[in-house]
Amino acid sequence: MKKFVQVENVGMRFDTKKGPFVALRDVDLTIEKGEFIALIGHSGCGKSTLLNLIAGLTTPTDGVLLCDGREIGGPGPERAVVFQNHSLLPWLTCFENVYLAVERVFGTKEGKPKLKLRTHEALALVGLTHAEQKYPHEISGGMKQRVGIARALSMQPKVLLMDEPFGALDALTRAKLQDELMKICFATKATVVMVTHDVDEAVLLSDRIVMMTNGPAATIGEILKVELERPRNRLELANDPRYVAYRAEVLSFLYEKQAHHERVAA
Amino acid sequence: MSAMTYDKAFDAAARPVVTLEGPAAAARAAAPSAPVPAAPVAANDGAAPVAKPAGRGGEWLRGFARATLPPLIGISVMVGIWYLATLKAGGRLPGPVQTWNAAVVLFSDPFYSNGPNDQGIGWNVLSSLQRVGIGFGIAAAIGIPLGFMLGRFATLSAMVNPIISLLRPVSPLAWLPIGLLVFQKADPAATWTIFICSIWPMILNTAQGVTRVPSDYMNVARVLNLSEWKIFTRILFPAVLPYMLTGIRLSIGTAWLVIVAAEMLTGGVGIGFWVWDEWNNLKVEHIIIAIFVIGIVGLLLEQMLVAIAKRFSYE
Repeated sequence: MKKFVQVENVGMRFDTKKGPFVALRDVDLTIEKGEFIALIGHSGCGKSTLLNLIAGLTTPTDGVLLCDGREIGGPGPERAVVFQNHSLLPWLTCFENVYLAVERVFGTKEGKPKLKLRTHEALALVGLTHAEQKYPHEISGGMKQRVGIARALSMQPKVLLMDEPFGALDALTRAKLQDELMKICFATKATVVMVTHDVDEAVLLSDRIVMMTNGPAATIGEILKVELERPRNRLELANDPRYVAYRAEVLSFLYEKQAHHERVAA
Repeated sequence: MSAMTYDKAFDAAARPVVTLEGPAAAARAAAPSAPVPAAPVAANDGAAPVAKPAGRGGEWLRGFARATLPPLIGISVMVGIWYLATLKAGGRLPGPVQTWNAAVVLFSDPFYSNGPNDQGIGWNVLSSLQRVGIGFGIAAAIGIPLGFMLGRFATLSAMVNPIISLLRPVSPLAWLPIGLLVFQKADPAATWTIFICSIWPMILNTAQGVTRVPSDYMNVARVLNLSEWKIFTRILFPAVLPYMLTGIRLSIGTAWLVIVAAEMLTGGVGIGFWVWDEWNNLKVEHIIIAIFVIGIVGLLLEQMLVAIAKRFSYE
C-alpha cells in the first residue's frame, strides 16, 4: 500500500500568556490511501490539534506533514474538513453552501450546469435532495451535519478530515449517519481521518484506531488495527467476539493506561 | 411606558455593539412618546378557534387593544401633565389646545415659499433631511469600507483606534467652525458636521462585526481556499451586515440629533433654523410643534432601519 499522508516527528507548541504550552510532541503517523483512521483520546489530548495540522489550518512548530508526497503548507480543498459544529453559512441554502465548495474546486474547468449537477449529486449522496432549498436554521442538527459532509465530499478531496462530526447528535441519528458514512466511504474509497471520543464509533468505522496519551505534550500511545471485513453491520458486530475484544482494548487504554488524567481533572 | 415599547423596538434589531453613549442615550430620551403600534399577531395564531368567527374577532380586538392601549394611555397622561403645567405657567408656555390649533394652521399649507427665510414646515423638514442624507451618505461611503479594513487588518486598527477614541467624544458643534473655515459657506459646513459625527458608529460597528465573524466561517473559507472577493461577498459581508446596520441606525440617529443644532447656528432653510426663527418671532407653540416633528421624523428613520435590519437578519 502507498503512503498517502505522512506525519513525521510533529510537535505543536502554543504560546500562551502563561508561557509556552506543548500540545503535541513526537507524533509519527503514516496513513495509506483509502484507509479510515480514528483518532481517539480523552478531551484535551490534542486529537483535534492533530487534525487541524493535517488540514493545514495550523502549522506545526516541529516536524513536517506530507500529503501525497507534498508538504502541507496550508489548508486546501484537497483536504476537506467536516467541522464539529457543521459550520454551514446561515445565509446560504443547503444547495448554495455545497455549491460554494463545488464552484471553488471545479469552477475553472466546468460550466455551470455541470457544477449544479455535482451539487445535486453530493446532496443526493447524503439523502438531502428534498432539503436543497432550505436554509440551515430550517433543518435538524443531523441534516446540517449531512450537508457539511456533502460539502466536503463534493470537493472530491484526497483526504476527508472529520472533527467529531457526530458528537453533537443524538444516538439514533448518530448511528444512522455512521451507517451512511460507511456506505459512502466504501463506495468512494475515501481516505478518512476522524476525531472521535466514542469507542463504538471508532471500532465500527475504522481500519486503524490511533489512541492518544493525555495532554499536555500528548503523543500517540498505541495504534490498534481493526481487522473486521467490510461492509460492516452494527447489529452483527455487537456480538462478534473480535468486535468485543477491540472495544475492550480501546476501553482499557482509555480508562486504565490513561486514567490518571481523569482523576486529576476531577 | 411608551419609552419601554420604544426600547423594545430598539433592541429588536440585530445586536447593537458599540453605542455612541451620549447622543444615543439622548436620542432615546428625546424620543417622542409616540406609540409603536405592533400588529396584533396573536389573533391569527393557530390556537384561535376557527369555527367561531365571533370569538376570533373578539380575540383580535383584545390583541389590538393590548398593543395600542398602553401607549395611548401614556400619551394621554403626558398631554394631561402638559396641560396642567401650562395652566400654572400663566400663558408663557402654550398648552395642548393652543398648539394643536397652531399645528392645524401650519400643516394646512406645509409647502409654501415666501423667499428663503419664510418657507413651509414641509420644506424645512425636507432640506434638513437632504443635509442629513448627504452628510450621512458620505460618512457611510467612507466609514463602512474603513470599518471593514480596520476589522480585517489588526495593524491598521491599532493605528487608527487611538485617533477614533480621541475624536469620537468631541461635541458635534465643535466641528462646525472648522467646516465654516474650510468651506466658507454655511451649507457644506452643516453637512460636514453631520459627516464627522455620524461616521464613528459605522466604522466601529463594522470593524467590530468583522472581528466577530465566527472563526468557523473563516476556517471554511480557508479550507475551500476562497478568493478574497468570495470571502467578502459570501462570508464577511453577510456576517457583518447586522452589525453594519446597527452602526447605520446609530449614525442616522446621531445625524438627526446634530442637524437641528447645526442649523440653528448656520441658518438657511431647515427644521433647526426654523426653530430658532420661531423663537425670535416668539411663536412658542411652533417650537413645540417642531419638537414633535423632529421626534416623529427621527422615530420614522429609526423604524425604517429596524425594518431593514429585520429583513436582513438570517437567524
